[in-house]
Amino acid sequence: MSKSCRTPSVSRRSFLGGAGVAAGGVALLGEARGALAADAPAIQGPDAVAVTLTVNGRQRAVRVEPNVTLAELLRDKLDLTGTKIGCDRGACSACTVWLDGAPVASCMVLALDVGTRAVTTIEELAQGDTLHPVQQAFIDHDAMQCGYCTPGMVMSCAALLQRIPQPTPEDVHAAISGHICRCGSYPHVLEAMRAVSTPGKT
Amino acid sequence: MADDLLRMEKFPLGIASVGLTEVERNIPPDEPPPLPVNSALQVIGKKINRQDARAKVTGAAKYTVDIKLPGLLHARILRSASPNARVQAIDSAAAARLPGVRAVLVIAPKDAIVRYVGAPVAAVAAATQAAADTALGLIEVDYAPLPFVVDMDAARRPGASLVYQPGEHPSLAVTEIPVATGLPVVGNVRGPDTQGSRGDLTQGLAQAEVTIEAEYRTQTQTHCCMEPHAVVADWRPDGLTVWISTQFTAGVRHELAQSFGLKLSQVRVKVAAMGGGFGSKSQLGPYGRYAVMLSRQARAPVRLVFDRAEEQLDSGNRPATWQHVRLGARRDGTLTAIAVQEYGTAGVGVSAGIGNFAQALYTCPNFSIAQNDVFINAGRGSAMRGPGNTPGAFAMEQAIDELADRLGLDPLALRERIDPSPVRREERRLGAQQIGWDRRHKPGADTGRIKRGLGVAQSLWGANIYTNAACEVRLLRDGSVAVLSSVQDLGTGSGTILAQVVAEELGLRTEDITLHIGDTDFPAGPPSNGSRTTASMTPPARTAAWKLKQMLFAQVAPTLQAAPAQLVAGNGRIALRDDPARGLSFREAAALLRTDQLSVTEARRDDYGGFRRRMGDAALAQTDLGGVQFAAVAVDTETGMIRVERVVAAQDCGRPINPKLIESQVQGGVLMGISYALLEQRIIDQHTGHVLNDNLEQYKLIGPRETPPIEVLLLENYQGQSATDAYGIAEPSNIATAPAIANAVFNAIGVRLRSLPMTPSAVLAALGKLPVRS
Repeated sequence: MSKSCRTPSVSRRSFLGGAGVAAGGVALLGEARGALAADAPAIQGPDAVAVTLTVNGRQRAVRVEPNVTLAELLRDKLDLTGTKIGCDRGACSACTVWLDGAPVASCMVLALDVGTRAVTTIEELAQGDTLHPVQQAFIDHDAMQCGYCTPGMVMSCAALLQRIPQPTPEDVHAAISGHICRCGSYPHVLEAMRAVSTPGKT
Repeated sequence: MADDLLRMEKFPLGIASVGLTEVERNIPPDEPPPLPVNSALQVIGKKINRQDARAKVTGAAKYTVDIKLPGLLHARILRSASPNARVQAIDSAAAARLPGVRAVLVIAPKDAIVRYVGAPVAAVAAATQAAADTALGLIEVDYAPLPFVVDMDAARRPGASLVYQPGEHPSLAVTEIPVATGLPVVGNVRGPDTQGSRGDLTQGLAQAEVTIEAEYRTQTQTHCCMEPHAVVADWRPDGLTVWISTQFTAGVRHELAQSFGLKLSQVRVKVAAMGGGFGSKSQLGPYGRYAVMLSRQARAPVRLVFDRAEEQLDSGNRPATWQHVRLGARRDGTLTAIAVQEYGTAGVGVSAGIGNFAQALYTCPNFSIAQNDVFINAGRGSAMRGPGNTPGAFAMEQAIDELADRLGLDPLALRERIDPSPVRREERRLGAQQIGWDRRHKPGADTGRIKRGLGVAQSLWGANIYTNAACEVRLLRDGSVAVLSSVQDLGTGSGTILAQVVAEELGLRTEDITLHIGDTDFPAGPPSNGSRTTASMTPPARTAAWKLKQMLFAQVAPTLQAAPAQLVAGNGRIALRDDPARGLSFREAAALLRTDQLSVTEARRDDYGGFRRRMGDAALAQTDLGGVQFAAVAVDTETGMIRVERVVAAQDCGRPINPKLIESQVQGGVLMGISYALLEQRIIDQHTGHVLNDNLEQYKLIGPRETPPIEVLLLENYQGQSATDAYGIAEPSNIATAPAIANAVFNAIGVRLRSLPMTPSAVLAALGKLPVRS
């Protein structure tokens, strides 16, 4: 009997699925639990585990299976669907969120590994009705088409501005180089970032 | 309509930057008056931000993948890991018993043949995604492997294993693209389709003073929509609601009604934000049917979203082609003969041709074409941005360049002789000036390791429309205005331009217009493929708004003590044309309505002047949409890397409605073209039949670092063909890019690359620095 499969390549879900996983972020979990030996990784799961995350400034207590990614947790458990999943294996950056202010692909982070790091999603970027300058520049320069990659792209661009208030075009290229936009919005993204990086001009 | 019922109007005609004249057209009496040129308008032709931009940058936009319903189940499809096999037994009992599993569907029952890796075998719906995944592993399938062939050349050889046995061939006409029927099938080859041939090839070649002959190859490209194919199906006793990431809500409704024996009125199809289609999402698709069947079985809503591997394996692709081109010409460049023989593969599907690009672009009395589909054991092809014409242009536009080189003519000068289109003539002129064509050196004349070159290529695409396309414009008593249609916005901004057209007619701002689109409970819109949405939807939107305005004028005229014909709408007011101070704000005027709402629904009329009455009536004509693109490249002769340094795209889409959105689309078309030229290629292992790059790491797409400056030169071309005279741009902007780059590479290194993608190893092989791969 030959094998069937959902898809022929090994998916991360099937790789992680089934048995429990050894927690990768030992130190972080150690902090959370307070009693773990550094050389003895905790075995979690396979059933759901209680975890408290800081998401967009709020403490969120949820139960998640150890193989659930941060992207899945945000979308499925917290209804923060602004974070998009494009490839689910870190190749397209559509799912970019911030962990302690740094952009990461949330499909490549297990929810249990987030620990105490603060999660910021696209939903939190605007201050009430006032958009982040990057968001406004994206609107003004039409730096989107279908918009599916846009939240991730905005998060990376906004993180860049936190680090470098006046980035060069090369800085912008580097910041968005992992983002795939099939519609081809890159020229207008670069234009938007040029505008937002120029003092007195947005 | 009888001619005596028509009224004569004068329309602007020609290219604005060249000079305009007028043309008389007889139009139906209830059509609005001719729309003035853009410079005389307030909203149309302006660079206005897209209406859903805020929702997209804040994450608020709802895509199909974001739809959540109470009791929603999650579906997965079990897919074949074998490139060709007969199912000897399939047992899904254990999967059905798994806690959480609510429905199981056997797609490939005993004795069914699964013909490619990734072909659907079974599907399950369960309470959680994890349960659905687990259930797939419990489905036992006994496959009897069959011989397979995944290479087009191998599939053409006598004795190749057959993808289909006689009588098993796939059903046709599943796409919006007309598919030739009744073609012979020999072995794995279906064809030839010789439609479009004209004149006498032998005679044409005999008249030629110069002939050129060459073979070209293009690869299989995948759509790579960032939002995967996704559907949420909610089957209820009283009807079916389906959310689907689609290019054609109305068509999907029709397919659902037919597939499930429902009335059209019982089926509702919706799409809000839509994450890209590029041709791959025009149909319900088998996956859509599976989701509905699972929902019906489970009596609960079902969500089915492809993962990235499924996207690469089973969501459509641009067929690969092999093309043999012969051109015959006089010494002055006049073409006497064009012959194109083509074999293409759409995997287990059909329609792997090259369109009618070669047939229609250049003047030539003798034209011969033979197009063939070659079946291989791979996922089905589908339409993709400029289907047919994009691979067709790669061959034909290089062949023209080769002919120019042979004749010692400048490639632009040759095209001046053989291309009568006044639109492309102007685009060549503008583009050449912009890129600095006069600095172009002779092929291969650049010295040093990095060699630079300039190239040009042209595009042709139909001025397509769809007459089964309608919208409603609604005015409410508080002065708010809404546009309602099932038409969808794939990210092109189709909703925004409808709002612009309605705002222009009513004297309002774009942001005053509320959009309700992507829902078949509203008047049916067209398929958003073939670059036809703008041309199909903006005229009825304008006509409906114009009629609504007449109704409003009639109701407010007594208050203004004027005749309705004396009133005009502008700047948010209704006032007397000759006494603008006498008027009301639009809101005040609406408050005078006798009923809470006025509403007009209009559908796309036939083109004025009898150009194109409905889809498929007219072959591509030389007057259809043009485009000329110029590429500047730098080729590293040591590494083989081609860098596109600059692209100038001179394009035409009739009357531009929103140049900002058009620029976005042209840039996108060019980038997809560069990616096609240099990077993309679905690779199948000959020994296992598996796709080796069914992901976005190894399937290479263009990124920001490879993105060159793209300069868009947009013509304003008036032809007096409809109430808006506006056409699409998505596909025209994609067709010419790859051949322009190929021609630029030839200009740089003096050696021609006739195969896509133009990888570093292909460059080095062409330069004799690597052994040629067999």
